[in-house]
Amino acid sequence: MNAVNLAGARTLFYKEILRFWKVSVQTVAAPVLTAMLYLLIFGHVLEDRVQVFAGIGYTSFLVPGLVMMSVLQNAYANSSSSLIQSKVTGNLVFLLVAPLSHWAWFAAYVGASVVRGLAVGLGVFAVTVWFAPAHFVEPWWIIVFSVLGAGMLGTLGLIAGLWAEKFDQTAAFQNFLIMPMTFLSGVFYSVHSLPAFWQGLSHLNPFFYMIDGFRRGFFGASDVSPWLSLAVVGTSFVVVSAVALRLLATGYKIRT
Amino acid sequence: MPAVVFEEVAKTYPGARGEVRALDGVSFAIDEGEFFGLLGPNGAGKTTLISILAGLARATRGRVNVMGHDVVADYAAARRSLGIVPQELVFDPFFSVRECLRIQSGYFGIYRNDAWIDELLAGLGLADKAGTNMRQLSGGMKRRVLVAQALVHKPPVIVLDEPTAGVDVELRQTLWGFIAGLNKQGHTVLLTTHYLEEAEALCGRIAMLKQGRVVALDRTANLLAGTASTMLRFKTDDALPALAAHARVTGRVAQVTAHDAAEVETILGQLRRAGVRIEDLEIGRADLEDVFLEIMQKESA
Repeated sequence: MNAVNLAGARTLFYKEILRFWKVSVQTVAAPVLTAMLYLLIFGHVLEDRVQVFAGIGYTSFLVPGLVMMSVLQNAYANSSSSLIQSKVTGNLVFLLVAPLSHWAWFAAYVGASVVRGLAVGLGVFAVTVWFAPAHFVEPWWIIVFSVLGAGMLGTLGLIAGLWAEKFDQTAAFQNFLIMPMTFLSGVFYSVHSLPAFWQGLSHLNPFFYMIDGFRRGFFGASDVSPWLSLAVVGTSFVVVSAVALRLLATGYKIRT
Repeated sequence: MPAVVFEEVAKTYPGARGEVRALDGVSFAIDEGEFFGLLGPNGAGKTTLISILAGLARATRGRVNVMGHDVVADYAAARRSLGIVPQELVFDPFFSVRECLRIQSGYFGIYRNDAWIDELLAGLGLADKAGTNMRQLSGGMKRRVLVAQALVHKPPVIVLDEPTAGVDVELRQTLWGFIAGLNKQGHTVLLTTHYLEEAEALCGRIAMLKQGRVVALDRTANLLAGTASTMLRFKTDDALPALAAHARVTGRVAQVTAHDAAEVETILGQLRRAGVRIEDLEIGRADLEDVFLEIMQKESA
């Protein structure tokens, strides 16, 4: 019987981190700049016109949404782009011949995606916090939802990377699924400001609960109970993880 | 204990026009310490067989084990026993040569491996490239790194899938010197190649595959002895008579195999009677290429 190859899993995790860190201008600095531009423009235009929670300016409200959006998009981008690159260039073979279990693949790819997501999120927070007063009313929710959200998107990226055969397919997944779901989840607004129909629809979007729960940590106020958000996000994470583990165990599209 | 055992291995792919049968019941074993050659024309199933051995593909039927470990049920132990040099020139563009080797070593659970990595770099002529990014290496250098990556965990069984395709003479010599050294130390080597003279020079035993089946399996010396052992080579501008239907013709040069001296006489007699004018006649020993062609022709007849 084989001992669990923890060292192997750790190496893959480390390699995945090294991979994005070596191109950190593109993988960390660029998304931080993008988020700052959103803040400057939307904050400038809407600061005096929109108030979501009593006593909290629009720019303050926007910061956590932008942080979480960056966390989610970059966690997705990390695992999906790493896998599709390895598949297209053929160097995935180095992993395929190694004695790594599907758990090791999962932990390493998703773990590194969480690190990338949180690194970008911290970067976005560090540059945007100067534009509006910061609040940390229930900080544990910040940690719980950022880690769970990044894990969920890292897992979705892993699934997309396994499924895709070309770069444009992971990009399509990002542009037609991940982006709309994050934008429509209440990054830029509270869903309470929406008409009833769209409000109802938003409640079917798991991304809404990630951002709502995350923002709860900053302001102590949220559209729904953070416990409901935790249940929804936690359940979604378990479901997508089970799918990803199954695909890895059967060698879906990576072992013929 | 055999190092590698293939047992009734079959592989079918769904193709555009029905099922494609890549392997059709392949069985043979490779003993520990052997230098074994796997030959066959393109599409014979060599790479498919190696992919199944390495866990890159799954057999439709049959079993494969490496050093006693089943490649499916006990994949981790099987893969630890195996070092694969892939056919394609693949590399990870993010890392330097040393980083690639350290990472590959780590996948196998080996952290402090720099002494062996240095030995590999020196043995493969890569010592001055350790800090170079993979993207900056020439094709030949990348090929050497692939060999080093396959050996980084000191596998008892080394598999080289056409390692010298498109490789210059210098690298071929470095590579074969290095691999032969490992074989002397007891490593089992499985080689697929298109260069038959390499297989003849290096492999103690050879299996030939054709259309997914083993069509010959013997010691290299027996294969050379058991088939037409004499080769007539000459130049001519004339059409050859029927006797030489199985002659290999390359431009003006024709090669005809014969089993003994009497057959040589018969062939020459027939050529004379047919009025074929021949120049530069040579009579030599048949090489593995002739054996290979003869076996492949027999199989298609």
